[in-house]
Amino acid sequence: MKAYTPQRPRKNTGAFPGHGDLRTPSQAANDVPQGRTSAPVRTRDARRATRDARARDARALPPRKAPQARRIERRAGGAWAVPHAEQPRPRARRETLTVSPPPHGRSEAGPDAGAALRELDETRGVFEDLLLLFYRMLGFLKHPVVVTADINLNVVALTAMGLLSRLWQLSYPRAVVFDEVYYGQYISFYMKRIFFLDGSGPPFGHMLLALGGYLGGFDGNFLWNRIGAEYSSNVPVWSLRLLPALTGALSVPMAYQILSELGFSHCAAMGAALLMLIENALITQSRLMLLESVLIFFNLLAVLSYLKFSNSQKQRPFSPSWWFWLTLTGVACSCAVGVKYVGVFTYLLVLAVAGVHAWHLIGDRSLSNVSVLCHLLARAAALLVVPAAMYLLFFYVHLSLVYRSGPHDQIMSSAFQASLEGGLARITQGQPLEVAYGSQVTLKNVLGKPVPCWLHSHQSTYPMIYENGRGSSHQQQVTCYPFKDVNNWWIVKDPGRHQLVVSNPPRPVRHGDVVQLVHGMTTRFLNTHDVAAPLSPHSQEVSCYVDYNISMPSQNLWRLDIVNRDSDAGVWKTILSEVRLVHVNTSAVLKLSGAHLPDWGFRQLEVVGEKLSRGYHESTVWNVEEHRYGKSQEQKEREVELHSPTQMDVHRNLSFLARFLELQWRMLTAKSDGSEHKYSSSPLDWVTLDTSIAYWLHPRTSAQIHLLGNVVIWASASLATVAYTLLLFWYLLRRRRKICDLPEDSWLRWVLAGALCAGGWAVNYVPFFLMEKTLFLYHYLPALTFQILLLPVVLQHISDHLCRTQLLRSLFGALLVAWYSCACHVFNTLRPLTYGDKSLSPSELKALRWKDSWDILIRKY
Amino acid sequence: MFFIMAAMLSMVKYNSCANRPFSAPWWFWLSLTGVNLAGALGVKFVGLFIILQVGWNTISDLWHLFGDLSLSVVTVGKHLTARILCLIVLPLTLYTATYAVHFMVLNKSGPGDGFFSSAFQARLSGNNLHNASIPEHLAYGSVITVKNLRMAIGYLHSHRHLYPEGIGARQQQVTTYLHKDYNNLWIIKKHNTNADPLDPSLPVEFVRHGDIIRLEHKETSRNLHSHYHEAPLTRKHYQVTGYGINGTGDSNDFWRIEVVNRKFGNRIKVLRSRIRLIHLVTGCVLGSSGKVLPKWGWEQLEVTCTPYLKETLNSIWNVEDHINPKLPNISLDVLQPSFPEVLLESHMVMIRGNNGLKPKDNEFTSKPWHWPVNYQGLRFSGINDTDFRVYLLGNPVVWWLNLLSIALYLLLGSIIAVAVQRGAHLPAEVEGLTQVLLRGGGQLLLGWILHYFPFFLMGRILYFHHYFPAMLFSSMLTGILWDTLLRLWAWSLASSSLARGLYVVGNLSLLLGTAYSFYLFHPLAYGMVGPLAQDPRSPMAGLRWLESWDF
Repeated sequence: MKAYTPQRPRKNTGAFPGHGDLRTPSQAANDVPQGRTSAPVRTRDARRATRDARARDARALPPRKAPQARRIERRAGGAWAVPHAEQPRPRARRETLTVSPPPHGRSEAGPDAGAALRELDETRGVFEDLLLLFYRMLGFLKHPVVVTADINLNVVALTAMGLLSRLWQLSYPRAVVFDEVYYGQYISFYMKRIFFLDGSGPPFGHMLLALGGYLGGFDGNFLWNRIGAEYSSNVPVWSLRLLPALTGALSVPMAYQILSELGFSHCAAMGAALLMLIENALITQSRLMLLESVLIFFNLLAVLSYLKFSNSQKQRPFSPSWWFWLTLTGVACSCAVGVKYVGVFTYLLVLAVAGVHAWHLIGDRSLSNVSVLCHLLARAAALLVVPAAMYLLFFYVHLSLVYRSGPHDQIMSSAFQASLEGGLARITQGQPLEVAYGSQVTLKNVLGKPVPCWLHSHQSTYPMIYENGRGSSHQQQVTCYPFKDVNNWWIVKDPGRHQLVVSNPPRPVRHGDVVQLVHGMTTRFLNTHDVAAPLSPHSQEVSCYVDYNISMPSQNLWRLDIVNRDSDAGVWKTILSEVRLVHVNTSAVLKLSGAHLPDWGFRQLEVVGEKLSRGYHESTVWNVEEHRYGKSQEQKEREVELHSPTQMDVHRNLSFLARFLELQWRMLTAKSDGSEHKYSSSPLDWVTLDTSIAYWLHPRTSAQIHLLGNVVIWASASLATVAYTLLLFWYLLRRRRKICDLPEDSWLRWVLAGALCAGGWAVNYVPFFLMEKTLFLYHYLPALTFQILLLPVVLQHISDHLCRTQLLRSLFGALLVAWYSCACHVFNTLRPLTYGDKSLSPSELKALRWKDSWDILIRKY
Repeated sequence: MFFIMAAMLSMVKYNSCANRPFSAPWWFWLSLTGVNLAGALGVKFVGLFIILQVGWNTISDLWHLFGDLSLSVVTVGKHLTARILCLIVLPLTLYTATYAVHFMVLNKSGPGDGFFSSAFQARLSGNNLHNASIPEHLAYGSVITVKNLRMAIGYLHSHRHLYPEGIGARQQQVTTYLHKDYNNLWIIKKHNTNADPLDPSLPVEFVRHGDIIRLEHKETSRNLHSHYHEAPLTRKHYQVTGYGINGTGDSNDFWRIEVVNRKFGNRIKVLRSRIRLIHLVTGCVLGSSGKVLPKWGWEQLEVTCTPYLKETLNSIWNVEDHINPKLPNISLDVLQPSFPEVLLESHMVMIRGNNGLKPKDNEFTSKPWHWPVNYQGLRFSGINDTDFRVYLLGNPVVWWLNLLSIALYLLLGSIIAVAVQRGAHLPAEVEGLTQVLLRGGGQLLLGWILHYFPFFLMGRILYFHHYFPAMLFSSMLTGILWDTLLRLWAWSLASSSLARGLYVVGNLSLLLGTAYSFYLFHPLAYGMVGPLAQDPRSPMAGLRWLESWDF
């Protein structure tokens, strides 16, 4: 393996790029190895060589030079890092060709190279190392080759350091830390294959965590009930925490890659990665079973692959690597969205940048209409269709993984519950599908708020006079009861006939039919009349009719209105049909008011007849959950029958799409309690790091894990954002007056970097001001990552364009070194709180409390 | 709506004067825009959106001018100043002037006083704080009222009712109450002595920052008390109760009084000191969650003791009334707040009030997506078939045409934009038309978007009529679109007479169709009597095109 020592590229001192120099700035930027291999070079000299030296070297060895020449050529065209940076390209190409005279007349074909060679070159993507190794292995048979490929040692080193910082003592502490208490629950659900509903995000992130548990052989048996609880021995803490830690570690080299793809110097790229490396908050967050680091990883991956894609756009559209990066962009975006909903903001950002680029593409008159169309279609497929498909796929996997019923069932509709194994499915399995006259049914309210409940009645009657002095009909109460009960059974009766059994063959009830509902246990008829309901005086009271012989006739006819019918003669189906019961005499609709009755109503929920029904509302819609055909004519037998469990054997499955839609809807509408938390904070506190979160405290000592950022990085990143905005605004105004301070290519680079980094920060931060849920400091981390990327961009810009003399520049460099060591020092000081490995004395902890708003826990002895 | 349209009109007018900057009509229209903006904002806060639109237009206009190298920087500066003057300074002046008039006219104390801060009340005549004179520094034995600093929370209050069973300890309720009441009075006492500090033999002792005190409710002689029971609504906080008999309670009655942003040893100033009350035993802070208690609490607001020591306005109080016969009174004239403060405060109260308009359970609400579809109307009066019924519903023909036009516009606009971007060559006439379509139409589309989409983000209760301003914009867009379409079509036909004929016929048919639909639906607006529309005998029988219209 060849160690390639990266060198700081020569600076572009003038206002315009290189004058006759081979390496224009953009090239120089590309000169830095970018994680892909350079040409195979076999001499020792070459190891330390600059590029010129390598070229010279190459000239000395004509037969082996073909790949090298190609490589240089590719680099020379390397203005592609900067869109529209046309200027340096032709000269660079010419010079390249002079540097590398055509061996065997092959590399002359720089622009029109042989297809085979080209393909060979193109296949070098991420797997380039591997492929090349393989290629070498083949070559090894022919020549005694010593060196294979040069691997960017920077990337390797960064990855290693990232891994070290994230994986070190990963399974410590062996206790539940902060939000692990939530995610752990979900992992357990996955392990036990129990259905759950989490309104906080799509299932992909949970599944990734669960994958760690699966690989570690976790059986899901752990009670996640309290932060700080010791893990039992069956919990594979290391493998559960591995995935977030890996993604966190990989974010470090990715920061490097992104900046170099953006066309910034390798120094800046290195700086960005090193800043990511020593950011305490990122380390803390990625060492635990939490999803932020995974989200950040996919965010960065999306940006990186988009950059790679748009860079290869300038080179070779529709090449395999072009397709690869384009698709990877879509996949990474959908993964980010799949981990947490906030990933959607990064997705939108990438879409917007892609949209602008596509718009330029449309304006490119050199392309034919057809090729423009192809470009657009390819982008639409990769950036719109692929993510949507991936998103569906996550849910598909999720739903096929969690197929057992569990504690979250109640929120879902009956049909959904019936599709889960166990639970409702066990009860409803094999019920007859079509409700017929004589059917015994339980009716569940579709709204399910405040609690899911079933239409219910019991012997007790409404009190004659309510507390507030109003009178009632004193008839039997009808309520909605949140528990399964024999009193929830009703019999559907044909008003024209007397029997309460299903005839043979069964006569199904259809939309628009008029029915009576008979309460199974008391054989009274569901009735409503013009009497004010107990708690909602604007609606009618619903009762089971008791004949007191007081000139109050029974009004017990109901017309069936199937809301989701296929046709007007649709049949009333168990579970699937959502019906409204419209009272024939008063056209009131049976409705769950949601109010709790007082003690006389046993605190059950009130059911009313709503006269002024305004269209469709879920509280007026009911569905049959349990159902069987009644067989007993006699009341006694029927009571026995009602008590017996239902049993039948037809299996009904909801289609995946219907299940997905319902699950998605419930997730989005799941109520998040906007309650205050001890460590919750407002977005304004985040920028200045005026808040912190205590994650874990050692049960005996004062070793603790605390989410705290590296103050130096936070402050300077915020400053950089402000500086960027001001500079951008200033340049914009100047350019508007046709005063160009920056050469075109560095201007475009500057804008693109800003759009991605500053834009990434803004889209991941600003929306939180509009969110009403409980917010924590860790919500800021994705935004912070982008801000950290912006920091070196601004610094390099200042050093390149604003420091006019060499002296100033060296001064600035010295300042930067001092500043970075300062950041390192802060990292080191806060390290005990990040890893939680060292117990500090109270006075040391007090000394660490730099801000009053940091709630560092200090044990009292 | 009038002001919105007027602002739009004058903006367009002054845009068309752009070739003669600084001429009289230019100035006239520019300042008229400003006046109308102030009017729009002054009538309803929705006027904010038209300000955004005008602002956007102005910025792009300035950007354009700035890029024009034939103009010197000084000229551009002049343009900028003119716009700042007319579009920012002028409307703001007018807007504040309306408020000045508002405050001048309404200078009497009224039922809404409790919503405002003490200082605000001091300027309302009839309020007991108006020209009042009270002792300046808080002393032991004083009778005080304590007001939460957050607006619309009110005074610390207690009354002879206990918390119901099952909700914390069954002790006397402590709430906040917006109105002035004898039950808002508390006596401030030392924690360790029960001697009457008003005894003339004792010297006056002032309360200082950091003192441990006890607050005794004057009417019921119970102490302000807190303990480790969860609060009735905010479960993570502690319950606050009234406890003890005749002022004798336990150590849970002790509170440390702290002045925010002051040093130790300072006295506590009435009205101006912002104080926090920290419970000594549990270390929590007295605050109000702002949540309304259920019936047992008389729908007053919940008071809790929060264990979270974050400084929020909810947990900061000030002393408002202060009665202590042993202390000299001083006049409160110093308290007169300045006009900007008053303005700011009244806005804060309004915004809070606006956000407070949350839909109640089961109350009828309409969702923003209902509006452009004309999904549901609003019943203004009358329910039964014998009543005189007025039903607020848009003319469905117009509304659906608008909806269609927006979709069509987006399609056409993007096609044209792509064509232009691809460098397609358009004939001069078409070029002109597309310019109108893209510029003018874009302007209107922006108006529609600005007046419509923000409602999706609003948490408050929304009504159908909130869509009306957006509807105006979308109707204008429809006009432009169809006019352009017909012209294009006419232009594509060869003979000029046929083209003219087509244009006229097209326009006429659109107009007549609209007029006819107005005739069909006019009973909704002017009121109707007779059977409901479900009934085939009703005159509206055939017109219930959507299930959800319930006229």
